[in-house]
Amino acid sequence: MEIVGKSVPRKESLDKVTGAATYTADRIEPSILHARLAVSPYAHARIVSLDASAAQNAPGVLAVLTGDASEVLVGEEIRDRPILARDRVRYYGEPVAVVVAETEAQAQWAANLVQVQYEPLPVVNSPAEALHPDAPILHERLKEYEKSEDVVSVPGTNIASIVHVIKGDIERGLAECEKIVENTVSFGPSDHAAMETRSAVVQIMPDGRVFIDTSSQAPFAVKKYMARYFGLEPGRVIVRTLFVGGAYGGKSSVQLEPIVYLASRAVGGRKVKLVNTREQDITTSPVRIGLQAKVKLGSTHDGKIKAVQIVYHFDGGAYNDKSSAIALSAASDCTGPYSVENLHCECLTVYTNHVFPAAFRGFGHTEMTFAIERGIDALADELGMDPWELRMRNAIVPGDTTPTRNMLNSSNLGDLRTCLERMRELSGWEDWKVQQLNDHTVRAKGIACFWKNSSFASNAVSGVILLFNQDGSVNLETGVVELGTGSKTVLAQMVAERLRMSVDRVHVKFKVNTLDTPEHWETVASRSTFFAGRAALKAADDASKQLIAIAATVLRADPDDLELGDEKVFVRADPRVQIPYKDICYGYRYPNGNSIGGQIIGRGHFIQRWMSPLDPATGEGQLGPEWNVGAQAVEIEMDTRDYSYRIVKAISVNDAGKVLNPKGAFGQVMGAMAMGLSYASHEGFDYTDEGILLNTTLRTYSVLRYGENPEYIVEFIESPCLDAPFGARSLGEYGLISIPAALASAVSRAAGVRMNVLPLFPETIWRAKDGGSV
Amino acid sequence: MIPFDFNYYRPATIEEAVALYMRLDQKGKWPLYWSGGTEIATFARLNQIYTEAVIDLKGIPECRALAVEEQEMTLGSALTLSEIHDSEIFPLLGATGSGIADRTSRNKITLGGNVCSELIYKEAILPLLLADSDVIVAGVSGARRLPIAQLFQRSMQLAKGEFLVQFKVNTSYRLRPYTSVKKRKQSAIGYPIITVATLTTESGSRFAFSGLCDFPFRSEEIEKILNQHELPVGERIRQAEDRLPAPIRSDMLASANYRRLVWQVTLEDLLANMEA
Amino acid sequence: MKLRLNVNGEIRSADVRPAELLLDVLRENLGLTGVKPGCRHGDCGACTVTVDGLPMKSCLMLAVEAADKTVETIEGLQDSPVQRAFVEKFAFQCGYCTPGFIMNSHALAHLHPKADKATVREWLQSNICRCTSYEEIQEAVEAVLSSGQPTSRMMN
Repeated sequence: MEIVGKSVPRKESLDKVTGAATYTADRIEPSILHARLAVSPYAHARIVSLDASAAQNAPGVLAVLTGDASEVLVGEEIRDRPILARDRVRYYGEPVAVVVAETEAQAQWAANLVQVQYEPLPVVNSPAEALHPDAPILHERLKEYEKSEDVVSVPGTNIASIVHVIKGDIERGLAECEKIVENTVSFGPSDHAAMETRSAVVQIMPDGRVFIDTSSQAPFAVKKYMARYFGLEPGRVIVRTLFVGGAYGGKSSVQLEPIVYLASRAVGGRKVKLVNTREQDITTSPVRIGLQAKVKLGSTHDGKIKAVQIVYHFDGGAYNDKSSAIALSAASDCTGPYSVENLHCECLTVYTNHVFPAAFRGFGHTEMTFAIERGIDALADELGMDPWELRMRNAIVPGDTTPTRNMLNSSNLGDLRTCLERMRELSGWEDWKVQQLNDHTVRAKGIACFWKNSSFASNAVSGVILLFNQDGSVNLETGVVELGTGSKTVLAQMVAERLRMSVDRVHVKFKVNTLDTPEHWETVASRSTFFAGRAALKAADDASKQLIAIAATVLRADPDDLELGDEKVFVRADPRVQIPYKDICYGYRYPNGNSIGGQIIGRGHFIQRWMSPLDPATGEGQLGPEWNVGAQAVEIEMDTRDYSYRIVKAISVNDAGKVLNPKGAFGQVMGAMAMGLSYASHEGFDYTDEGILLNTTLRTYSVLRYGENPEYIVEFIESPCLDAPFGARSLGEYGLISIPAALASAVSRAAGVRMNVLPLFPETIWRAKDGGSV
Repeated sequence: MIPFDFNYYRPATIEEAVALYMRLDQKGKWPLYWSGGTEIATFARLNQIYTEAVIDLKGIPECRALAVEEQEMTLGSALTLSEIHDSEIFPLLGATGSGIADRTSRNKITLGGNVCSELIYKEAILPLLLADSDVIVAGVSGARRLPIAQLFQRSMQLAKGEFLVQFKVNTSYRLRPYTSVKKRKQSAIGYPIITVATLTTESGSRFAFSGLCDFPFRSEEIEKILNQHELPVGERIRQAEDRLPAPIRSDMLASANYRRLVWQVTLEDLLANMEA
Repeated sequence: MKLRLNVNGEIRSADVRPAELLLDVLRENLGLTGVKPGCRHGDCGACTVTVDGLPMKSCLMLAVEAADKTVETIEGLQDSPVQRAFVEKFAFQCGYCTPGFIMNSHALAHLHPKADKATVREWLQSNICRCTSYEEIQEAVEAVLSSGQPTSRMMN
C-alpha cells in the first residue's frame, strides 16, 4: 500500500492554521437575530411565577419565550424534557426562557431581566440519594413518557432505566471462589469542555422548510429528532454543519436546536442564532455521566476469576436523553476485557438534579472500566498477586464469550495479551513496587486494561459519494463531520489507495448538509473509519467499475484485462495501452467529436450485519461488531506529605488492527490520554448540597494545560479486524478509557490507600488516607 | 460581550482623572477606574458589576512610571504584571506576579488592578507589604503618600474617587534574597490554595501570605516566631498558626484543614531552604 | 463611537459601542472570525491576537483600548514558520484553539527567539487545547524556536 499507512497531513490543515476554517458561530450576517437564555439558579424548584415583561420591553427585544411556548417533550431514549422549563426546574442551569433581540448584548441584557420566582424543592444530589426510599420523585409522569423500545423504567421511583446482563450462575460461581473482594467507586459528572461552545442557527422559510446550522456531530440525528419532535417532514428539515471545534461526544445531543427553532418561529421564521456562553455550555448543556458502582469479584487462590457481580448506578441527571443508552453500552461490556463465566450485572440509570449527560468519548466505558479495574487491583491486593499477572491470567481471548453472549474470535476481538506484554516492557513493570526517592517523595506506577465495543443503532447507515472532476481528480462527500479526528483525511487516503491515485487528487468536502450529503448516522462511537470507510471503499469500487467499463470500450479491451494505476486505466499485460482518468471520467470524446459515457459518480453505503438490541432482562444481543482492546500505564511522583503529585509518564498500547495514518493515530491516542489524565486528576463538578454548581468557568473548572503533560509512550500492535477497512480498528476513544483507572492505581500505590473516587485531587487522597484529620 | 453600555474616558493627567470621576459620579454614572480592566470586563459580562463610565488610567504618565533610583524604585499602578516581570526591576514582585492568571493575561493585568481586585487573593500586594513600600494615592484633595500598611488593611482603603498612582519601594530591597511559592489545587493556572512570599533582610526573614485567610497579609508577629532559629521548624509553624489574623479559609479549592497542611508543608520547605 | 483600528496592516474603521470588546469588533465588525471566542473570561486563550506585538486575549480588551495600537490576527499571518510547523507536527485537531496558539507562539518566536523550555511553558500555558496532548504543539513551537527562521511574513 502506498497511501494508507502514511502520515498524510490533515486535508484541512491550511484552513485551520490561517483562520479560514469556519465553525457554526462564525456565520456573521447583519440579518441574524440573537438569542440568549435565562437559566435556573436552583437545582430543583417549582416555578411560582414568571414575569417576562421587563425583558419584553427592553431595547431591541423581539420575543421572549418561556415554557408556555411549547408543550413538546424531547429526549432520545425517554421524552421527558420540556424545551424550556415548565412549572418546575430540575437542574441548575436549566433553560427557563429564551430572549430574541437584534444584538447579542441586547438579548443578554433582557435575559438578565426575566423575573422568576421559585420555590425550592428538596434536591437529589447523587444516584444513592435518588434511590433512597424517601427521595423526592423527579418525574411523576415517568409511566406516561414515550420511550425507546429497549428502555425499562420503574415508574414511581427515580429509576429511568434498568438493565440486567446475566451469564452462567452467579450464586454457584461465587460459592466456588476462594477469594472474594468487593469494591465500590463513585464519581460525579464532569464536562466535555470543547473549546468551541455549542451553537445553533435556525431559519424557517416561508414554505415551512427549516434550515438549521449547528455545531453538531450528529446533523442527521438533528434532522431525525427535529422532524419527530415538531411533526415536520424530514426532507424539509435541512441541517448543515461546518467544522466542529471539538466534541468528544458532547455535541451528539440535540439540545439547542429545538430552543432556537421555537425562537425563530416566534419571530416569523427569521434567522436566529444562539451561541452558548462558556458558563452555559458547562451548566446548561449536557455533560459527562457520573457513576456509583459496586463490583464483587471472586477468584481462585491463584487468581482465576470465577464470578463477577456488579451494580451500576449511573447518574442520569434531570432528564434521560442519552443516559440510559450510555448505561446500556457500559452494561454490555460490564466485565472489562476479562473472561468471566458467571456474571450478574444490574445497571440502573437514575434521575438526579444534575445536568443531564451526553455521550462522552468512551460512551460509558471509561466509567465502567474505572469500577472494574479498581476492583481488579483490589483483588490483586487481597491475593497478594502482581496486578499485571492477574490481568494477564484473566485477559479475554478468542473462544471466550462476551457478557452479551457473543462468541469472540481473533477478528472481532483485539489481542489484549500482546498489548499487556508490550505495556509491561514499556512501563518497566518488573519494578512495579513503590520507589522511595527521598523521605517524602515516592514514585509509583499503575496499570489498567480496557475494551470497548461501539454500540449504535442496529440500522445505522453510512454513505459516500465520489464525484469526478474534469481533470480526473475526485470529490469525496460523506456525512462524517470533521470534529478534529482527521477522519475525512483517512477516508481520502482509502479512496486514493483504492482508485490508485494521489491523495492530493482526492478533494474532501468538509461541510455536511443533510439535503445533499449521504447520511452518516452520527460522527460518534469511533465509527467513521469503519462505517464510512467501508462505504468509501464501496464507492471507489463502484467508480472503478465505471472507469474500467468505459476504458474497455475506448481501449477495445476486455474489462477483465484492465487495471487502475497512477490515475490511469491500463492493460495489465501491456501497460502501454492506457488511458488517463481525465479522458474518461467526464465521458469520452472520440476524435470526430462523438462522445460516450458521462460524469462518473461512485456510490457506496454500509450497514453492519446482524446487529440486535440488548434484551434488557438478560443482556443478550449484539450492539456492535468488534471489541477493541489495549493496556495502559501511568507513572507518578508524589509528595507524601500533602499528596500532591506529578504525572511523569503515560503509556498506551492499543491494538490498532492497522494504522492508517501514523501521526494522526498517535495524535488521537495521545490526545485521548491527555483528556483521560485531565479528567482523572483535574476535572469534576463541584456541587453544593443544594445542587448548585460552583465551578462554571474554565478558571474554576480547570483542565490540563501545556507543560502539565507527562511523557507519552504510545505503541500500536496490528491484529486486523477483518470486517473493517484495511483491518483498521478504532482509536478515537480508546486512548482514554482506562487512563483514569491507571492513574488511580498509581496514586493508590503511592499513597498507600485505595482511591475509588474521581477526580484525584491531592486533598481527596489526603482525606482517604488520613481521614481529613491532622 | 458586555451587555450594557458605558462611556470610555482616557484622561492624560491625574487631576483630569479625578475631576472626571467626581463629575461622572455626580451625574449618577457609577464611574469606575479602569487600569488593566480585565476584572471589570469579565464581571460586567456576568452581570456582577455595573457602570456607565470607565476612566482608563493608562494615559496618565505617572501611572505608567517605572524607575530605579539610588534611594527608591517607582512602580506605576498601570504597569502590567508582565512589564514588571520582564523589567527585572523588583525580582520578588516579578516572581510573585508571575503566579497570577497566565502570561497572556498578565500582558493586560496591571499592578494597581491586581492589588485593588474584588477577589481575595491580590497576590501582587505581598512583595509590596514585605518591602514596606509607600503608596501614592490621588484623590480630590490631591496626591498623598503613605505607607502601604496604612492603606492596605485586608484590602485597599481608598476613599471615593481615589486611585493608586504609584508604589515607592526602597531600592535596598531590590536584590534581597526572596522566595515566592504558589500552591494550587491541581492545575498550572488558577487561584492559590496559598501563596507565600518571603524577603530576607539583615534583621531576618519577612513572610506574607495570600489565600490562607480571607485576605492577604503580612504579620510581624508571625515573622518574629518564624525567625526564632533556636526553635525547631515544626514548633515555629505551630506557634505561627496561633497568631494568624483570621481563621484559615475553607472553600472549593481546599478545606481549612487541608489548607493548613499545605501551608505547613510549604513553610517547612521554605524554612529548611532558607536555613540550609 | 467611530473607531479606527490598525489591523493586519490595514486601517479599518468601525462604528461600535465603547463597551465592545476587541474580540467582538474583530469578528462582528471586521469579519475576522479566525479570532475565536472560547470562554470570554480570559481563561482559554482561543481569542489571542497580538497588540503591538504582544499576545493579548481579545476578550479582555476593549476595542477602544486598541485604537492607537497595531493589532494582528491569524488572518494577518501567511505561510509563517509557526503555521508551517503546526501543520508538519500535527499540532492541532479540531483547530478551534489553533489561531490563539499560533498567535501566541508567533509573538513568542518574535520576542524571544531563543526562549528556553520554561519560558515557552509560561507563555503557552495561557492557552487551552482540548484535543492534542500538547506534545505536538511543543514540538511545533520548539522547531520554530531552534530553527532561527524569520518568523513573519505579513500579507500585503
